[in-house]
This record gives sequence, C-alpha cells and structure tokens, in this order.
Amino acid sequence: MLAREVLQELIQVLGAENVLTEQEDLLTYAYDATAAMKHHKPDVVVSPLSTEQVAEVVKIAVRHNIPIYPRGSGTNLSGGTIPTKGGIVLSMLNLNKILEIDQDNLTATVQPGVIIQALNDEVLKLGLLYPPDPGTVTTATMGGSLSECSGGLRGLKYGVTKHYIMGLQIVLANGEVIRWGGKTVKNVTGYDLVALFTGAEGTLGIVTEIIVKLIPSPEARKSILAVFDDVDKAGKAIASIIRNKIIPATLEIMDNVTIQTVEHFVHAGLPLDAEAVLLIEVDGYKEVVEREAVLVEQILKDEQAVEVKIAKDDKERDLLWLARRSALPALAQKRPTTVLEDATVPRSKIPDMLKAIRRIADKHNLNIATFGHAGDGNLHPTILTDERDQDEMKRVHLAVDEIFQTAISLGGTLSGEHGIGIAKMKYLDWEFGEAGVAALRRIKEALDPNYLLNPGKIVRRD
Amino acid sequence: MSVYNSLDSITEELHKCMKCGNCMAVCPIYKETRQEVGVARGKISLVEYLLSGEIEMTERLADRFSLCTTCMACNTNCPCGVRFDKIILAARAEAVRKKGLHPVKKIAFTALKMQRMFDFGMKTGSLFQGVALKHVPHKSDRIARMRFDIGIGTDKVFPMLASKTLRSEFPEVVKVKNPKMRVAFFTGCMINYFYTDIGKAVVEVLKENDIEVVIPKGQGCCGIPASVNGDVASASALAKRNLRAFEKLGADALVVACSSGGTAWKHVFGELLENDPEFKALADKWAGKSYDISEFLIHKVPFKKQGLGRVDRKVTYHDPCHLNRGQGINKEPREILKSIPGVTLIEMKEPGRCCGMAGSFSLVHPDLSVQISDRKTADIELTHTDTVATGCPACRLQLKSGVENAGIEEEVLHTIQILAESYRAGKNN
Repeated sequence: MLAREVLQELIQVLGAENVLTEQEDLLTYAYDATAAMKHHKPDVVVSPLSTEQVAEVVKIAVRHNIPIYPRGSGTNLSGGTIPTKGGIVLSMLNLNKILEIDQDNLTATVQPGVIIQALNDEVLKLGLLYPPDPGTVTTATMGGSLSECSGGLRGLKYGVTKHYIMGLQIVLANGEVIRWGGKTVKNVTGYDLVALFTGAEGTLGIVTEIIVKLIPSPEARKSILAVFDDVDKAGKAIASIIRNKIIPATLEIMDNVTIQTVEHFVHAGLPLDAEAVLLIEVDGYKEVVEREAVLVEQILKDEQAVEVKIAKDDKERDLLWLARRSALPALAQKRPTTVLEDATVPRSKIPDMLKAIRRIADKHNLNIATFGHAGDGNLHPTILTDERDQDEMKRVHLAVDEIFQTAISLGGTLSGEHGIGIAKMKYLDWEFGEAGVAALRRIKEALDPNYLLNPGKIVRRD
Repeated sequence: MSVYNSLDSITEELHKCMKCGNCMAVCPIYKETRQEVGVARGKISLVEYLLSGEIEMTERLADRFSLCTTCMACNTNCPCGVRFDKIILAARAEAVRKKGLHPVKKIAFTALKMQRMFDFGMKTGSLFQGVALKHVPHKSDRIARMRFDIGIGTDKVFPMLASKTLRSEFPEVVKVKNPKMRVAFFTGCMINYFYTDIGKAVVEVLKENDIEVVIPKGQGCCGIPASVNGDVASASALAKRNLRAFEKLGADALVVACSSGGTAWKHVFGELLENDPEFKALADKWAGKSYDISEFLIHKVPFKKQGLGRVDRKVTYHDPCHLNRGQGINKEPREILKSIPGVTLIEMKEPGRCCGMAGSFSLVHPDLSVQISDRKTADIELTHTDTVATGCPACRLQLKSGVENAGIEEEVLHTIQILAESYRAGKNN
C-alpha cells in the first residue's frame, strides 16, 4: 500500500480522474498477454497526459522509492508489463497523438500510446508505410512495440522495429528529460542511446515521444504457396531463394501440426498430409514482382515442392494469408493454455530447429505446433496445454528449457521478437555468460541505480 | 445450467481467454476510456478473481460489470472464440444475486412486469410529458429533450410518447382477404409506446403480402432490459407471460422489428426457462418460428416486388449489434433496401460499430454513451446521405439523438418503414 501523501501528490499532478486506486481497477493491470504467469496487483495506476507529467510522476517515485511499471496495451508475451513489486503502473494510453507526418523527410513523430495500425492507416493515405507489423498490430502501442522491439511478418526484407526508430524523447530515472537522435538519416553524435532504449523494455527510461522512419508503400505484391513432403526440402528451398538473390517481403513456414489445425479451422485448401508449407510474398514495383514471382516458383519446383500455387487474385491471396493469420487462433482454440515461444535461429538452421522441436514434443509427450517467420529464422513453437494440469505444466517448462538450449546451440537466440521480461530472464547467462549478464547489469545501474523502472525485468538485482 | 443461474456455468468460457487483448481493437467503451476495466479482458480477469475468491462481489465490482454495451464485437474478434456476452450476463446475474438490483433499475423492471400499471403510466405520461420534455420541432419525428437534468443530461433527444399505443390501434387479429399465412407480431415496448410508426409499417407490409397479422393484447416487455442487468426473476416472469399470450392465439410464425425482441424469442426465453420443462418446450417451439421482419421477408415469405413505387432516398444502413452479431442478420435489410426503386445505399465506414445506446447503459453511463454515439454520427455525416436506416428502435433513438445534436439533416427510419413507403408510392401512381 502506498502512503496517503504519495497518492495525494500523484492526484495533484495528474488530476483524480487519471489516478486509479480502487482494487477493482488495479487488478485489471495485474497481468499482460503472457501465458501461465502469476499476476501482481499494482498500488496505483496513473495515466499522464504530457511528458512533463511523466517526469513529475518519476520524481514522486524517486522521492518515495516506489517502482514504476510503464505500460501500453499490455499485449506482450514475456511478462514485461506485470508489476511484480506493486507500485505505480504508468499507462501511456492517453499519450496517443500522431504529432507529425513529414513527407519530405519520410518520418512520423508519435506519442507512445498511438496504436501501430492507427499510424499505418494515416501514412497509407500518403502512399507510405511503417513496416513493423507484429501480430498485435491492431492493439499494440508504438511505445510498447518500441520497448519490446517487436518484429512481425516482414522482417526478412524490411527488418524490425529497431530499424525504424530514428529519435526519442526520454524521461530518465531521475526525472530529467532528454532528446536523442532525430530526423537525420546520419547521426553519430555520442553513444547511440536510441538503439539502447529500443528494446530496453522500459527498464532504462520512459519513452514519451518517438520519431520513426517511413518508406514508400510497395506498388504491387504477389503471394505463393509451396507444399513439401519433407521438412528438409522446405529448408533447402528457403536457402535457395535467398541464395538466388531474392528477398521476399515475407517467407513463412507452417509445420504439419499447424497445417492440420488451420485447415480444419479455415478450409483454405492446405494439404493435410504435407510436412511443411511455405507461404511467400514478394512486393515492389509491378514489373519486379512479376519477375520475382516466376523465379520463386521455379526455385520451389527445383527444390522438389510437391505443389506450387501462385495466388491469381486478391481473393486467393487473402485466403492464403487468412490461413497463416489463423495459425495462432486455430491452435489457441484446441486447449485452454497456449504457450507461444519465439526462439530464433539462423535461417539455414530452420530444418534442424523444426526437427528438434518435434523430438522435444515427443520426449515430453506434449502437443507442440510450430509456425513462424522462416525467412528470418524466427519460429513460434506453440505448446498447447492446460494451466490447471500441474503435471503437464512441469513437462511444458522442461520442454521450453530444451527449446531454448537447442536454439542457442544452433547459433540462435532466446528471443526474436517477444523480449525477455520475466519469462526468459533466467536463461540469459546461457546466451551471454556471467560476464555478459554483469555488463547488462552495469548498464542498468548506470541509468537506473535504484531499480525503479520496470524492476524485475531483463536484469535481476543481486 | 444457464448463464442466468450460476457463475460456474461460464468456467470453461473463462479458461478459453488467453488475455491476448484482441478485444481492445473493437470494444467501443475501451476506445473511449482506454482503461483495461472497460474491455472484455479486464472484466474476464475480474470474474476470474471473483471465482478464485481473491475478491468478493461488491457494489464497486457490479459497477465495473455495467461497463459493457453487450455489442458482441469482442466475440467476433476473439481468436479463442470466447463468448463474452455470456460471461457478462452471468457476472451481472451473480451481482444481482449477491448485492441486489440497483434501486432505480428495480423500480423500472418491476413496472415492466405490471403491464396494466405500466400502460396507465405511459398513457398518463403521454399527456403530461410536456412537463418534463421540451418538444423539438422536426419534420418527421416527434422528438423532445429533457427540460431539466435528472442525471442523464439535457442534450439527449427522445421520441415523444405516442398518444395512442400501437396495440390499442389495432384489433388482436388484422384480417386480409385470402391469407396465405397467419403471423404473430411481437411489438416490443419501444414500438408500442414510442415508435408506433414502425409497428404500423410492419402491419402494412405484412398485409400487402397477404398475411394475416395477430397482435396479442396480452403481450408485454421482452424482458431483455431485466435479463442483461441480471434481474433474472423479472425476465423469467415476462418470458412466461409472453409465451402464454402468443400460445393462446397461435400463429404459423412470429415476427419482430426490434433486435432485443428477436434475441429474446430466439435465444433468451429458452435459456431463462431451462429448468421449467413445460415452458422450456414452449419457448423452443416459438424460437423455431421467430423471425426478424427483414429475415422473414427475404427467407420465409419473399416479399412482393411488384407494386413497389419509387422512393427517392440516399440511405446508409446501421447494423444493430443484436441483429447483426446477435442473429447474423445483415444482408437481409440491405437486400430489401436495394430492391426499392429510387433508393441508393451508401455504406458508412463501420456500419457494425455499436451506437452506444445499449438500453439502460445509456442511462447509467450517459457521457460514455454520447461519446460512442458521436463517432457513429461522424461516420454517418461522411456518407452525405439523407436517411439512416436501421433494424432496431433503440438504435433509432440513439442515432436520431446523435444526428439531431450534430445538426445534420438526416431522417432515421426502420428499414421496414422505407419498404412500406415504397408500397404506398406504388399505389399512388
């Protein structure tokens, strides 16, 4: 419980309507979208309306030594917004304005509470695109996706969130406000704090304004479906496309378990006996797209795809992508709990990773479906389980451990796009070693010596 | 075990929710408040805490459960297929069992149960409504605003009470020559007391299609205002009363022109009365032959196209939540509109977005209701039409209030009124 005077100070800064204190409200900020996590009730939820108010809240927190948990829409999958030590949840949702779209410099300046899709709806009117498109694009905020450095389906060609963040306004852990980066493509002034704060999960500072890079929206796109009777063949096809100097916007894979589930769900015409399907989209100028589609088709045939289908029109294209987008919903309906991981490997190791996941599933007698962004090596092994079954949950945790071990041993990483949060904190030394974890800690302590900003995430306090 | 009887009935529904938050993309309340408690995920968590014993039912908790228009947009957008409409009804029913009904609602729902007293009150109200309501001059609608604020503001535009109720204007059986079918008409309260023009249009169109119309005098409120607020006892009593009234006169089919009424006859009566074998059988029987008027005219008895006269209207159509998502009816009204000579149908941006009326929601949360309505009004304005058609009198009230306060020249009508207008125009030629 917070002292009365703390609440009074917060109300003085923000107004009573922006300070939630009743437990019926507080309890709805005790969780996020991460499966099988313990919930923690915050002591207060505040919704600032300006950078100045954010800074004032931080100063109050510093004075009274209270942790602050910044939060967007709470859609992350790593426990990144759960207020594990109580304290203040800082909801950024009222800072939701698109401040500027600059067509000459190809940038947009937004507040952190803007929903990603809302930005894209606006820039699309001008023929522009903000490429990062996590699955939560219609709900997640710009601030949240910046802090988690989210990815999505277009990573292979267009990169991920960090490739589009040009400048930030940040409230530091002492309440001071700084600006870093800006609208210039080139900027080597000082350390690259923009890069440091992107993906920092709110543990180093609170982002209150974001300048992002925009690109011209591609003129045309074409989608191709390829069916394989063998995971290795699919893996070779992925490598072969890239080796032939074609970079599709999207290159997705679904394994047999996913195919079967999705097909029963949406009836998109996926072959039930296929071991893997690849879904590929090329985009750009019309002429280029035509040429690349033909090339991709030929490569897939050469790599022994059982069937290759190019979507003839928008209707066929939509059906293919409906199948891909339905992967998670279809899987999620099979069991009450869906544990979705994002272990990532170099793309050449995709077949090894798929086979390892299959072995792990058999070993622990679990139902694991795998789909994901094959083109950038980011897979989503999805464990279908039931939180209430304690024995099964034990096996789930063992399987997750082994999936991460395998990813790292294949030269990959713990997290491609979901972040570390609470969920993957304990695995960090597998990837970084003790010295690496210590380096992380020194950075944290340099910027937030009292562990007030999103404590308990990424870096554990010793 | 129905959602009205026990909170345990929704345990499986709760477990389906994976807290992904996709409901945030479509929830009309969350869009305005941006507070987690406004959206399905937040209230699902509260019900979970309640079931696990972490919190108890309090008046404050019941207040949070009132934050839902039951528009069902979250159901449609949920990747896990969670039926949040069931969860919220179960939570509200539990709140009433534990904490009782909000005193104002208690008075209101009790009055609904006592039909004669209610009728008397409404008739007296019709005479004396000028005391509280100030008439707003308008060419087609009899509308008014509150003269003084009783807690819902004075901006809201209300329809004036009809001087004569719909049911008193017609005999119980409206006969036609060579009837091809006998159809019972469930009027619902809003059409009976306020929008009698909708009810007259229904009778007119049915007669035009050689259908004998039965309007049982013994019918009453559908009970939906009570059941969505957790007053299961009142809702069950009303369900029985309606079933008895319609059973007494009998009919080949039943039509409604109101989305709450349709939901009641098709789904809710059976759920409310599941533990009463006799009435449950009756509810199921009538559920099987209940139709929304647009559904009836497209699928059951395709309406006569000859004799349709020209109606020059540019129309945009608003989908009532409980007709569209609740009963899957959205093509039928559009098909009717498109078949009327002279009518141009121009779609608004999100025709299926809730208008924010949601019955008593608009009384308990007037500001929120108006905010939601303002978005709808803005979408309507962009269509540059002269008429908004819809399939529900409650939506009509809200839409009318919205366009009136925004100063937009726009008539708000039920689809069936435009069809009736077309038949009339056909005769005058």
